[in-house]
Amino acid sequence: MAKASTTTANIFSFHGGIHPAENKVQSLQLPLGRPNLPNELILPLGQHIGQASRPVVAVGDYVLKGQTIAVNNGFLSSHLHAPTSGTIADIEERAIAHPSGLSDLCMVIFPDHKDQWIERTPLEDWQAKPATEILEYLANMGIVGMGGAGFPTQVKLQGAHKNALKYFIINAAECEPYITADDMLIREKTQELISGIAVLQHIVNAEQVIIGIEDNKPTAIAALNALLSEQNSSIQVAVVPTKYPSGGEKQLIQLLTGQEVPSGQYPADIGVLCQNVGTCVAVHDAIFHGQPLISRFTTLTGDALKAPQNVEVLLGTPVTHLLEYAESQPDNLHRLVMGGPMMGYTLDSAAVPIVKTSNCILAATKEELPPPAPEQACIRCGMCEQACPASLLPQQLLWFSKSQEHEKAEHYNLFDCIECGACSYVCPSSIPLVQYYRHTKSAIREAREANVKSDLAKQRFEARKARQEAEAAEKEAKRLARQKASSAKPAAKTAAPKAAQSAPSATPGISDEAKKLKVDIAIGKTKLKKAQKLLLEAQENEHLEEIKSLQLKVTEQETQLASLEDQLSKLTPAPTKAEARPAVSDELKKAKVDVALIGVKLKKLNKQLEETPDDQELKEKVAGLETDLKTAQATVEKLSTDSASSPSPAAAPKAAINDELKKLKIDAAIAKAAVKKVEKALKKAEEIQAPEVDAIRQQLKEAQQRADELDKALANPQAVDTSSAPAPSSPNADTEKKRKIDLAIAKAGIKKAEKSIALLKEQGKDDAEIEASEWPKKLAEAQEKLAALENESAPAQAVEVKAEVAAPANADADKKRKIDLAIAKASIKKAEKNIALLKEQGKDDAEIDVSEWPKKLAEAQEKLTALEPNNDNSTTEKNVEKSPEPKVAESPADLAGQIKQQKIAAALAKAQINKLTKRLDSEPEAADSIQQEIAATRQKQQDAEALLAKLTHSQESL
Amino acid sequence: MALLRISSPHTQRAGHRTSWVMQMVILATIPGIAVQTWLFGWGTLINLMIASIAALACEAAILSIRRRSVAFFLKDYSALLTAVLLGVALPPTVPWWVTVTAVGFAIIFAKQLYGGLGNNPFNPAMVGYAIVLVSFPVPMSQWLGVQSIVASGESLSFLQSLQAIFHHLPNIDGYTMATPLDGFKNKDLLDSTTAFQTVEALQTANLNSWLWVNMAYLVGGLGLLWLRIITWHTPVAVLSTLLVMAGVFHLFDMSNTATPLFHLTTGAAMFGAFFIATDPVSSCTSNRGKLIYGAGIGILIYIIRTWGGYPDGVAFAVLLMNFSAPLIDYYTQPRTYGHKKAKKGLKIGEDN
Repeated sequence: MAKASTTTANIFSFHGGIHPAENKVQSLQLPLGRPNLPNELILPLGQHIGQASRPVVAVGDYVLKGQTIAVNNGFLSSHLHAPTSGTIADIEERAIAHPSGLSDLCMVIFPDHKDQWIERTPLEDWQAKPATEILEYLANMGIVGMGGAGFPTQVKLQGAHKNALKYFIINAAECEPYITADDMLIREKTQELISGIAVLQHIVNAEQVIIGIEDNKPTAIAALNALLSEQNSSIQVAVVPTKYPSGGEKQLIQLLTGQEVPSGQYPADIGVLCQNVGTCVAVHDAIFHGQPLISRFTTLTGDALKAPQNVEVLLGTPVTHLLEYAESQPDNLHRLVMGGPMMGYTLDSAAVPIVKTSNCILAATKEELPPPAPEQACIRCGMCEQACPASLLPQQLLWFSKSQEHEKAEHYNLFDCIECGACSYVCPSSIPLVQYYRHTKSAIREAREANVKSDLAKQRFEARKARQEAEAAEKEAKRLARQKASSAKPAAKTAAPKAAQSAPSATPGISDEAKKLKVDIAIGKTKLKKAQKLLLEAQENEHLEEIKSLQLKVTEQETQLASLEDQLSKLTPAPTKAEARPAVSDELKKAKVDVALIGVKLKKLNKQLEETPDDQELKEKVAGLETDLKTAQATVEKLSTDSASSPSPAAAPKAAINDELKKLKIDAAIAKAAVKKVEKALKKAEEIQAPEVDAIRQQLKEAQQRADELDKALANPQAVDTSSAPAPSSPNADTEKKRKIDLAIAKAGIKKAEKSIALLKEQGKDDAEIEASEWPKKLAEAQEKLAALENESAPAQAVEVKAEVAAPANADADKKRKIDLAIAKASIKKAEKNIALLKEQGKDDAEIDVSEWPKKLAEAQEKLTALEPNNDNSTTEKNVEKSPEPKVAESPADLAGQIKQQKIAAALAKAQINKLTKRLDSEPEAADSIQQEIAATRQKQQDAEALLAKLTHSQESL
Repeated sequence: MALLRISSPHTQRAGHRTSWVMQMVILATIPGIAVQTWLFGWGTLINLMIASIAALACEAAILSIRRRSVAFFLKDYSALLTAVLLGVALPPTVPWWVTVTAVGFAIIFAKQLYGGLGNNPFNPAMVGYAIVLVSFPVPMSQWLGVQSIVASGESLSFLQSLQAIFHHLPNIDGYTMATPLDGFKNKDLLDSTTAFQTVEALQTANLNSWLWVNMAYLVGGLGLLWLRIITWHTPVAVLSTLLVMAGVFHLFDMSNTATPLFHLTTGAAMFGAFFIATDPVSSCTSNRGKLIYGAGIGILIYIIRTWGGYPDGVAFAVLLMNFSAPLIDYYTQPRTYGHKKAKKGLKIGEDN
């Protein structure tokens, strides 16, 4: 002891701490024991912190003592060696020494009692070897921290190089009551300990090497000092006062260096490395004897043992075997603790094995470790606070833990608690404080994990939503374009007959259907207003997600309203012929009811979809219903145009044809639906790169053909129908018929050409190749022909009309313009479709720009914009120039029609703007051109709105 | 083998339970009780008996209403401690119903209605004391004098004490006199020196009697410190602040203020500092918090004694500081191991 004073470092102090009864003498009465071999050794694969080791031997293999039986399984893992020679009996789940009481995978060895060593290869010349080589060697020897955590030593030593190492501390404090394993180890293996320390110091090269030891181990201290002074070693022995938990790594560092390990950091961060004495001895055994870590010192103690003592025991020895060896009295055994009474954990069964970190088996009687007294209320006496080595406020932490105020608990540094148990030990109310803290810590950890998970889920969900919105917007845009085209076509088609039939009665009365339509429009308007209001609210409250969907809703509503109004405007000028075509109107009614029904269903589903946006089934249903709705609407439209266009005298003969027509139409609708379905399937297949893409494409082609044929057929009977009707007022009906057929043929030709081009594109041909083939030419020719034919047919009809009625002079021009308009719209649609197709094929924007389509699109759009105001003007002119008699009755109606038209134009422009904005988001490269387009469209919209305002004004003034 | 499965730690400091803490505090009052009985007769003991019975009865009644285990909670001695603290604080001749009211209010309203032991924000004994002090000022200000200086020249016998407490003692005036604090408070326009010469309550014998009482409680308090049931922070803060306040004001105005010694050795100075302010449940938790809390009590005692409406101010000072204890707690967290600075307030989310 006298010499110790010369080598003792400064001793600091730490806050709190307790002085529980030491109970160390019991196990020091007997010399070190060496139990005989048990019948089986159970070696858990996870004896250390980190990943469990990976077995390298199979069941039934014979292994020698010291043979590697499991290797490390990653960075933070360790090797495992056979503690004796024998056969691997099993690799199975066994109860292990763990606080959870769970089982884990263990290797079971049946010893052959020969204890035959494998050839040992000590590390020669370790002083000359680089640190990495020694570390590698130690890793292969399965050395882990033997103080309690079982941290793989090579990893800890590597980490020590992070900063310049000032202190290398050897932890010999052993502050837990009852445990004397380290004490005994120092006494028995002083020389080995010192040379182990020398090896480690060679690796880490610290400024100071200090052995921290509590003053209740005078024999060990004396042995150390004697040897150190004999060797003239620079290793210091720091004797610290006995106080629990001075053996805690953080506390020992504070005791010996006066420094604190910053919260959330490691000792290496302040230049300190701690190693347990057991680890140092294991290092010595490995380096000098080539002996892997296969045994350790363990204290067997407790009043339930007649012969408490320290033993050097092979890893894997079952606790039962040791209890027998120490003459336990099973009747008295009440609590079996692995580790000390402060931080150890109870064992359910004594069948568990000794592992690399088992420093003590405490077999306690009921008197020794009585069951805890019932918990009383916390009186905030503060004894825990005075005892806490981490300077926490345990009483406040208890309060927060009980009330589950996790944030406050964290704020009060709950995670700096080292779970030493000092607070629980001193608590006069017997509150199991540490248990509360453990629970709260794990609850907080769980919550954090859940947070991370939910954040990820949220991100996924938002990405998915954005994608779906983009898809929906695209679909919507396509639908709008289609609708535009389809609403333009019937308008062009029916323009002539409408004019022809509007003649007989000068003042058209409003039919029932018109009334109904008006009601529908009124409802639609209310809905639109509501949607707009919601949108406004959403914009005010900045609900970004809602705004998008609401905008979509509003535009949809607007277009719906527009189409309804369109229908109405078509109906209003038509004379009342309700009794003349009851069949058709019945049909129409039925179709409308269908539309309404499907609409209701769709709405319901959409609502559901909003609630559960992930439901794929629902989406499919919605998509299906949407197509149904579209076809139903198409029927309604067709029927209404049909009813409007059917001449009154032809009512009787038409019935039969009507039936046929109906059938054809239904067939066509079915075919179209089939096409859509196949298209959808194709899209999906393309998305997932399914091999059946080609087959589906083939199917699509077939379906399209069928649909085209049916369309053609549908067009023909119509022609036939018109011609067969003994219309006395149309002498040149035959020519018209012919023209219509030509028209149909031309259309079919266009379609064929387009299809071929599309096919070529699908086959991966370059645009140039496509251009080179004859198809584009053919397409252009067909288109020209079609345009010519349409132009022809329109004037012809106009002429016919002129001949019959004293119609306004510029009706022809009006019609022509309308046709032009329709053509322009169709070409826009085509161009858009082609661009979309190119995009789908994955072409760059640049490539798309190079292709002729954008140009064409722009041209067509220009033409359209040029035509649209023209059209409006002409209609206005027409209204003005119309015969004076119906003016009072008609002009307000016409004006209303125009207003509606303008509204439609405005809505379309808005939709276009929306679309463009969306595109702008998705294609930032083409921002400039898109911006220009947006500006142009805005201009268009503003024009339309200005005109609308003017018209409304004039309507109001009427 | 049915082995117990209990989480660590597996040992407990033997014997040091909550009931032990309470018992020790009760035992620590014995010197004070003995001196009070010696000086003022049996009244204190009779008060203690009444208070104890009332406290246990109230506690048992409320516990049974709350469907708690009566025996288990009565055995923690906390109700008894409240009764003892009230019993020694009340004047020895106070009518029995005053004691019962004070104890009843303390146990039922100040303690059990908040959830029982450990949950009361205010010191129950002081709540009871303040209630009767405000409600029944006359009996509460009747303190007995030491036998050598009172008119009758003797202290009350046991029977007389009983009579005074349970019935009415006509010649009670012959035994009572003002406490020194009361006397000094009502010195009116006299300066200090004259007051100490002329006022009956400020005679040396009376001052000495209170000195004895305070010394006895100091001894008890030191015992509690030795047993580590209380820490030094609160009593030292209370007494030193009182000393400093009295010293500073005495230096400024010698003629109208009393000496620091007078303040420390009269009234409930020691009793308050060691037995009332140290109530752990309603005071601050951290050591720094206890210092601030104790200092606040010291300042308030001096303020109430000097400029307030009552001769002594321990009860109100403690209650007022009880209010601020949680706030002080938030701002006086100790610096945890491994942290550079102590955390202050409750800025959740701005850790470290």
